[in-house]
Amino acid sequence: MHWGNTGSGRRQARLAIIEYVVERLIQATGILVILFLALIFIFLVREGGATFLEVPLGDMLRTRWYPNEAYFGLVPLVLGSLLVTLGAAIVSLPLGLLSSVFIAEVAPRWMREVLKPFIEVLAGIPSVVLGFVGMLIVSPLIRERLGAPTGLTALAGSVMLGYMALPTIISVAEDALDAVPKSYRDAALALGATRWQTIWRVTVPAARSGIFTAMMLGMGRAIGETMAVMMVTGNAARVPLTLDSFLRPVRTMTATIAAEMGEVAQGSIHYHVLFAIGLVLFLVTFIINLVAAWSIFRQGKRYGRLLS
Amino acid sequence: MEKEQAFLCAQRRLTPWRVACLGCRCYNPSGMHKLSIVIVILVLLAACCPAAEETGAADVSVQNVGSDTIVNLALAWAEAYQPQHPEVRIAVTGGGSGTGIAGLINGTVDIANASRGMKPEEREAAQANGIVPVEHVIARDAIAIVVHPSNPVDHLTLQQLSDIFSGYISNWSEVEGEDRPIVLLSRESNSGTHVYFLEQVVRLGHQDATTLFSPDTLLMPSSEGISAEVRQNPNVIGYDGLGYVTPDQKTIAVAPGPGWPFVLPTIETVNSGAYPISRDLYMYTAGEPEGVIADYLTWIVSPEGQALVRELGFVPLEVGFH
Repeated sequence: MHWGNTGSGRRQARLAIIEYVVERLIQATGILVILFLALIFIFLVREGGATFLEVPLGDMLRTRWYPNEAYFGLVPLVLGSLLVTLGAAIVSLPLGLLSSVFIAEVAPRWMREVLKPFIEVLAGIPSVVLGFVGMLIVSPLIRERLGAPTGLTALAGSVMLGYMALPTIISVAEDALDAVPKSYRDAALALGATRWQTIWRVTVPAARSGIFTAMMLGMGRAIGETMAVMMVTGNAARVPLTLDSFLRPVRTMTATIAAEMGEVAQGSIHYHVLFAIGLVLFLVTFIINLVAAWSIFRQGKRYGRLLS
Repeated sequence: MEKEQAFLCAQRRLTPWRVACLGCRCYNPSGMHKLSIVIVILVLLAACCPAAEETGAADVSVQNVGSDTIVNLALAWAEAYQPQHPEVRIAVTGGGSGTGIAGLINGTVDIANASRGMKPEEREAAQANGIVPVEHVIARDAIAIVVHPSNPVDHLTLQQLSDIFSGYISNWSEVEGEDRPIVLLSRESNSGTHVYFLEQVVRLGHQDATTLFSPDTLLMPSSEGISAEVRQNPNVIGYDGLGYVTPDQKTIAVAPGPGWPFVLPTIETVNSGAYPISRDLYMYTAGEPEGVIADYLTWIVSPEGQALVRELGFVPLEVGFH
């Protein structure tokens, strides 16, 4: 008995040491992540910051992007990214919201068990594969059915990006809906609400900050996506402000960086401008993620209050 | 220096497969955290080293990097040359003329492939690094103008092409075609083909011209992107190296000006100088080539090397047949 006690005491001491080491390691990885983020930001500022000294702001606000001859107007690129992302939002937000409501609230248990993992697998499809699908299937359809001169359009990019954002939106929104306490639904049903009323007036509003987070994360993914966009949007640096812009080619910030970074002379103005574009992208996604994190935080506090 | 090389060798041996094996060997349920650390470190290491390549028995390794226009030709040359010279290993990579020349300037590339001449600033940068680039013409190339096979237009003048690609002509009916919008296809602005086309066609060879491609021009990241779109869209007009034109695209006969004959790009018309949009293709070496590289370049311009040029749809140097 006595013998066994010391044994377990020793084991406990060893476990405590392991526990300590693991804890520190996890802490170190956490700190490293923040450090990397900070380093990436510093790197972007260091490489891209020179742009603002070399290229007058007025030149960057012009509408012509042709870096070979020092036309560095960023307007078509920024608007291109925004247009494609807006299109992706129009495609994916309603679909994502409805699918997550269906999976969380309507679908029978077995269907849910099947749908969830399948949607998560969708998230893992490499974007270059989706780019091929877009190039060979979506873009000819757009040209033939919608009468665009070419199928390589902002719309094709939006459809592909919307599709890529869907899994993120659905799984995060579904988790948010799932986290709504059962008592909410029970109360609504007990008051005589129909299932439809319960979903749209009680469950979805209760999960709205989580759903908002899902949408923000989905859009964050869409604006940063490169490969599929480069393959299907045609990469023409035109200013997409006309009504038919969805049916015309666009050039996004990501595609510009990917297409031009490979050959640019290091340290040239063009090189710095590409990093400045990266900086703009970084800030946009950072803001999107910050908004998403803030709404998660708010949601956490709400439930904290509810449970107490 | 020696230490560095040893380290590089060690890295090369870490193929992803071996990383996976190591990971499995470490696996035991109580050691999960150790395992994850090992995996993280190995993945980081694997990410640092380029795709593992067994150097085998090769004694000399030649880095041949550059123009995407030339890459297939360079590969064919390397494949034909290596069996005759097992001691030489020629590593061919694409990436564009600028990439190859940048590598030559940095000293990481032995032979840079370029579909354009070196720019004065590139020569200066090379000289600043103590490198004197030497130019070798290794083949000729013609840029073919391609359209969808159903397009009735079959000939254009250089002036018309310039107007089309700069956006002044935007409907096929203006050049005796159907009433369809013209969709412009170009290679990305960093490709040598793009620069050549801008100078010779869009600007008609005028040094001081500032005409640009229309902003509506679709910039395709690859030749494959262009041929895929030309195959399926009757509105498009594109251009690409003659070597990349497949039989399912229709080439346009080009005349240098009104009153001149319209000429289709073929090996004969390019070598005779009748086809107006053709150029020389280059390989650059750092200083006069020596040893293996000199031997390789001599072989390339020999009839045996130039036979491959013809096979790949480029235009062989006439000197190879004299």
